[in-house]
Amino acid sequence: MTDLPKGESAKKLGLVIDLDTCVGCHACAVACKEWNSGGIAGPLPDHDPYGAAPHGVWFNRVHSFEAGEGTEGRTVHFPRSCLHCETPACVTVCPTGASYKRASDGIVLVDEDKCIGCKLCSWACPYGAREFDDDAGVMKKCTLCVDRIYNETIPEAERIPACVSTCPAGARHFGDLGDASSKVSQLVAARGGFDLMPEMGYQPTNKYLPPRRKTSAPSCSAAPEPAPASIESRFLKWVDRVLSR
Amino acid sequence: MHPAYSVIFFTVLSGAGLGLLFLLSVMILAGHVPGTDLFGASTALIALALIGAGALSSGFHLGRPERAWRAFSQWRSSWLSREGVLMAAVMPFGLALAAGWFGEDRAAPWWRVVAGILVVLCPLTVWVTAMIYASLKPVPRWHNAWTPVAHLLFALMSGAAIAYACLRGFGYVAPPGGYATLVFAVVAVAVKLGYWRHIDRAHPAATAETATGLGAIGKVRPLDPPHTEENYLLKEMGFRIARKHAGKLRRIALIYGFALPAAFVALALAASGWIAALAAILAAVTMLGGLLVERWLFFAEARHTVMLYYGTDAV
Repeated sequence: MTDLPKGESAKKLGLVIDLDTCVGCHACAVACKEWNSGGIAGPLPDHDPYGAAPHGVWFNRVHSFEAGEGTEGRTVHFPRSCLHCETPACVTVCPTGASYKRASDGIVLVDEDKCIGCKLCSWACPYGAREFDDDAGVMKKCTLCVDRIYNETIPEAERIPACVSTCPAGARHFGDLGDASSKVSQLVAARGGFDLMPEMGYQPTNKYLPPRRKTSAPSCSAAPEPAPASIESRFLKWVDRVLSR
Repeated sequence: MHPAYSVIFFTVLSGAGLGLLFLLSVMILAGHVPGTDLFGASTALIALALIGAGALSSGFHLGRPERAWRAFSQWRSSWLSREGVLMAAVMPFGLALAAGWFGEDRAAPWWRVVAGILVVLCPLTVWVTAMIYASLKPVPRWHNAWTPVAHLLFALMSGAAIAYACLRGFGYVAPPGGYATLVFAVVAVAVKLGYWRHIDRAHPAATAETATGLGAIGKVRPLDPPHTEENYLLKEMGFRIARKHAGKLRRIALIYGFALPAAFVALALAASGWIAALAAILAAVTMLGGLLVERWLFFAEARHTVMLYYGTDAV
């Protein structure tokens, strides 16, 4: 059923993405593509992979933006993927029941055997989280690596989403955002984590941490002129005198 | 938004067919139904053919058409599912309405019951189709009250034009059919102009700053794209039409969808015989052509919030 689970789900698994730390290396996007090409949502199409115009389905896209002007301006790398919203219209618009939100942990998934490929869910997502698989004729999206996080056949340390596991900057965090005492919730509280496009009313689970404010460095003109080193050696003093004539 | 021809044909044709079936049912309930089998049955079948062609065309839009039956299941939450259920419900009643013309009794109670059901079902179906678009918050140019009102009026107007064309084609003078078409066209064009005025002036629903949450730093602009080639999002949601083309296409839609058909209907009202029949048929045909342009624009002018991540400032 594409009705949403009744009441708020106690557990809200999701990601916290630190826009201060992200270096825009796209490793999360590549790791996501790699895992999900073979995971439950795979294979993911790759058309013309070595040609002039390669294109295919990715669940994670890393944008880079500039914000602000002059010395206050910042370059911000911005990974964009499914936010596993609390009130996801992508689920309720689905005519077949293929799209659903899990009551147990809040993950939004697509049942590929029920999807008719009408694409309405991709129109209903403000964030562009869903991409159409034109090989299979069905919609695909981020699974929050549901086939990793509960996978008892892999070491426990690896039971986190591929994007989080691979991030070399530690800019991605995974956890239960429904639990106020969890590490991710505390991180969001400490750093002022925010929702994307809150005005749409989708109540995203994933949170973004803002770039930290710049610490004010002294400007160039205010810095003291470096003092000439005093010369200790007698010989050098003599050279200095001779050359200064 | 990418204007998919299958969906454009679907909404225009099924809208016209449902409008026509609605007006036929109103005529039956009002007791003003022309007596011959041929007019009634063929007009009802034209309506069903338009609805069926539209539904078939929308099937081509699916990635997995063989699973389309699943779309009847989620009517509790999904406007698209509701549309499927209502479309399927209209068909048997429409066929029964057509069959009624071959019966002996023009006042048979069951026939009036069928007509009564269709008077409710047809506009409900058009409204539900429009709500698929009007319910989408990420597309502010659809997510407004003008959308369902415009869809309902276009269905009524094009249904009336086809009904009048059928009446004149089968030799009935029926001036009220012509006058009704003119009145519906005037109201519909007023609503469409209101819709365009609304989308041209509406405040943005979201901006690049709210989409990224970086507004506190300042104006947000793209630096590096996430991918070098087009992806599904850009193809499906990134379609944009230049403002000058939009202006030209709006004028084309107004001329072929409203002005020219109205002139043909006026000619049909004044003329008689085959000239009137030809004018009424031309009115219906040009109107459908104009509505296809209007519907193409409805998609092409709509903007999706995902484009805020790809360089659009506000949506």
